[in-house]
Amino acid sequence: MRAIRTDGRPSDGTTTGDAPDGRRHNMSKTMQWKLLTIVAVVGLAIWAFMPPQEKVRLGLDLKGGVHLVMRVQTDDALRVEAEGSADRLRETLRTQAIGVTGITVAAPGEFRVTGVPSAQDSQFRQATVDLDVNYDRAQSGSDYTFRLKPNVVSVLREETVNQALQTIERRVNELGVAEPIVARHSAADQILVQMPGVTEVNRAKEVIRSTALLELKLVEQGPFPDEASARQAFAGNVPPDIQILPGNSEGTPGAPPSTVYYALRRVAGVTGRDLRTARPSLDQNNRPAVSFSLNPEGANKFGTFTQANINRLLAVVLDGRVNTVATIQGRIDSEGQITGNFSQQDAMDRALVLRSGALPASLTYLEERTVGPSLGADSVRAGVYASAGGLAFVLLFMLVYYKLAGFNAFVSISVNLILLLGMMAYAGAVMTLPGIAGFILTIGMGVDSNVLIFERIKEELAAGKSPKTAVAAGFDRVFWTIVDTHVASLIAAAFLFQFGTGPIRGFATTLTIGLLSNVFTAVFVSRAMFELFLSRREQPATLSI
Amino acid sequence: MRLFENTNYDFIKWRWHALIASALVILAGAGFMISRGGMPLGIDFTGGTIVVAKFEQPVDDDRVRTALDQVPGEKVIQSYGDPADNAKLIRLPELATEDGASLEQGALAVVAALKAAGLPTFELLSQEIVGPVIGRELQLKGIYATIASIVGIAIYIAFRFRPAFAVGAIVATLHDVLVTLAFLAFFGYDLSLNIVAALLTITGYSVNDTIVIFDRVRENMRAARREPLEKVVNTAVNQTLGRTIITAGTTFLSVLALFLFGGEVLHGFAFTMLVGIISGTYSTVFIAAAIAIILGNRQGVRASAAAPAGTAKVKAATARRS
Repeated sequence: MRAIRTDGRPSDGTTTGDAPDGRRHNMSKTMQWKLLTIVAVVGLAIWAFMPPQEKVRLGLDLKGGVHLVMRVQTDDALRVEAEGSADRLRETLRTQAIGVTGITVAAPGEFRVTGVPSAQDSQFRQATVDLDVNYDRAQSGSDYTFRLKPNVVSVLREETVNQALQTIERRVNELGVAEPIVARHSAADQILVQMPGVTEVNRAKEVIRSTALLELKLVEQGPFPDEASARQAFAGNVPPDIQILPGNSEGTPGAPPSTVYYALRRVAGVTGRDLRTARPSLDQNNRPAVSFSLNPEGANKFGTFTQANINRLLAVVLDGRVNTVATIQGRIDSEGQITGNFSQQDAMDRALVLRSGALPASLTYLEERTVGPSLGADSVRAGVYASAGGLAFVLLFMLVYYKLAGFNAFVSISVNLILLLGMMAYAGAVMTLPGIAGFILTIGMGVDSNVLIFERIKEELAAGKSPKTAVAAGFDRVFWTIVDTHVASLIAAAFLFQFGTGPIRGFATTLTIGLLSNVFTAVFVSRAMFELFLSRREQPATLSI
Repeated sequence: MRLFENTNYDFIKWRWHALIASALVILAGAGFMISRGGMPLGIDFTGGTIVVAKFEQPVDDDRVRTALDQVPGEKVIQSYGDPADNAKLIRLPELATEDGASLEQGALAVVAALKAAGLPTFELLSQEIVGPVIGRELQLKGIYATIASIVGIAIYIAFRFRPAFAVGAIVATLHDVLVTLAFLAFFGYDLSLNIVAALLTITGYSVNDTIVIFDRVRENMRAARREPLEKVVNTAVNQTLGRTIITAGTTFLSVLALFLFGGEVLHGFAFTMLVGIISGTYSTVFIAAAIAIILGNRQGVRASAAAPAGTAKVKAATARRS
């Protein structure tokens, strides 16, 4: 003999049969509450996903669109920081007349001061005392090395990624993408961008990627036809404060532009940080150009800078490429123009990226997945057919094999799918192609729970129990089995969610929600239906199962 | 109607045969993979480029290959989905360097070459470019996720049942993962993100089956304490056989629908699930129970030697042998 298990829930269902004679529709209070709960839950779920075209969000693989993962080169920001500090120090030393041999940025977040005269050493220390807040200093002879402190470095990297994230968000929004996702990705310096329905992938990528770092720099020499000859001008030994950058030749209008090289002073007079706004415009030859204006601080700086360099060549450098070279004819305050061989679209995009602010560091793409809209539509169709086919088959089988009880399974599996859709819509979860597979597996889980229960009820019936006792025992005994199997599957689903990107997460979400709602439908809904059936007759002698 | 009613097959008798047969399949799979130079990985894990182009008229693979002669790297060209759709999948190995801003150069070169070659007009169905960094990350994550989910499930089973059962469940699950990998290799599937997702689902599914039997074993043990473990387990397997077959059968057929009609994107996923369901059912009946018995008996012998007076704890029921 088997011991009756008591570790399940107390079997409250047995009270339902105690209705007085002759009142076939008299349900017990418990029963009424159960039915009410079920109707309310189903109603809520249907309300949550109606109308499905609006409420159920489709993932990129079903809707078409582009998924990008990029890395923020946070080293760039460290270099900029070190360059800024080096510049300020250079200025300080100049005003205090401390003559050092050189100040160079040696590595990201590190700069070196060489040849500090021993007579002025204490004066130098005095002048650099501010740097100790952010930098570790090391001295060897007359040379000093300043390196950013590790905690400053990590804060700076973090800020850089956050800034980049915000900038990319602004740009994606300006591109007019509906429901984009811009978020941090797995590794600390990675950013994920998803743009549903975007078809001009290359344009979107360019807009996101362009650093939009605007710099106004003095031209030392050039242009040169190639990089080698530019280096030659310095006898192959380019000083640290000079850099060689490519640019467009100012060639005769109509001739195809060629690339030339300029030797520029490394330190920028003004950068895009001081930009107030940018807009597409036309240059004096009526070609598309980008006009920009500087904020008051920038205007001030730019005014001083141009005043001091009248008659010299000024280069407008955008993302490391010289766009425009012009002679400074007088003091310029706040307005400037970038010209080049821009198309109308280029000018618009460039104004957009300048307006949205420069990226604090450059980006490299790590992953790109594009799904065309037609493939997405095909996938939806295939997925829906496969699910519907699977569902129809399974339900047919259940009806044939379990007869009336099979109808029970039909209801509980249908309720399960309705709950799944409702919860996904409510949680704003995204439906992906693997998510459709998750639907099919949820159907499978639903069948499994029902089969488990029905088989057990059959066993109890075969052991000679009355239908009512058999149903109660079947549900009670199987309850913990269902909990155990579902917890095990939930553990797998949790790691799936952790592991996955995009579509796989959709699968994990669908599976998790499906598992949770299945416990409710298989145990609660199905049982309530059995009890309803059993409470309606006096004592049915047989159970159609 | 009732299938498998009151069956009394002696599954446990076959446990050593089953273990050997499974070991052979896994070894064959491993040997096959080694002879091919390792598990074939898709671009999700190696990095690389896949371009799927749908042509308006039928195009021969060789014409596409010729068109792409100028594109560097070893290309794989194959039909995508239904051959009547005239869609071709073109796969390129990882070309871009780590810091290259030119991750997409392979894809661009392919599109340019196809346009230049005078083939029928085409539409790009999809384009996937995975850099080496992401590929490595995904490889690690996939391995971690699989191991972690197996360990997590094992801990849960050890907590809910007993350690020997947990070991049985782990071995059965690992068995299913390895057998499925072997079949993926035999049938020439490259390991992709979707396939790893299917493998993780298999771990959940396989354990599911196993738990149902273990649950029954536990229940039977309380009722029949004097029975030998072999007999208790065998009875449990037989009692749940109807459920095992019906569930596996219905799930198998609904995944088969996915395999047949679910479209090209889910093909690998559905195939993995199909193999995993068969392997999971088999391993539940033959492997998990066998391991639990083998370990359970050994533990039992040790436990009864150490504590001859049977404790009242239900969990010590292994110690009781007739």
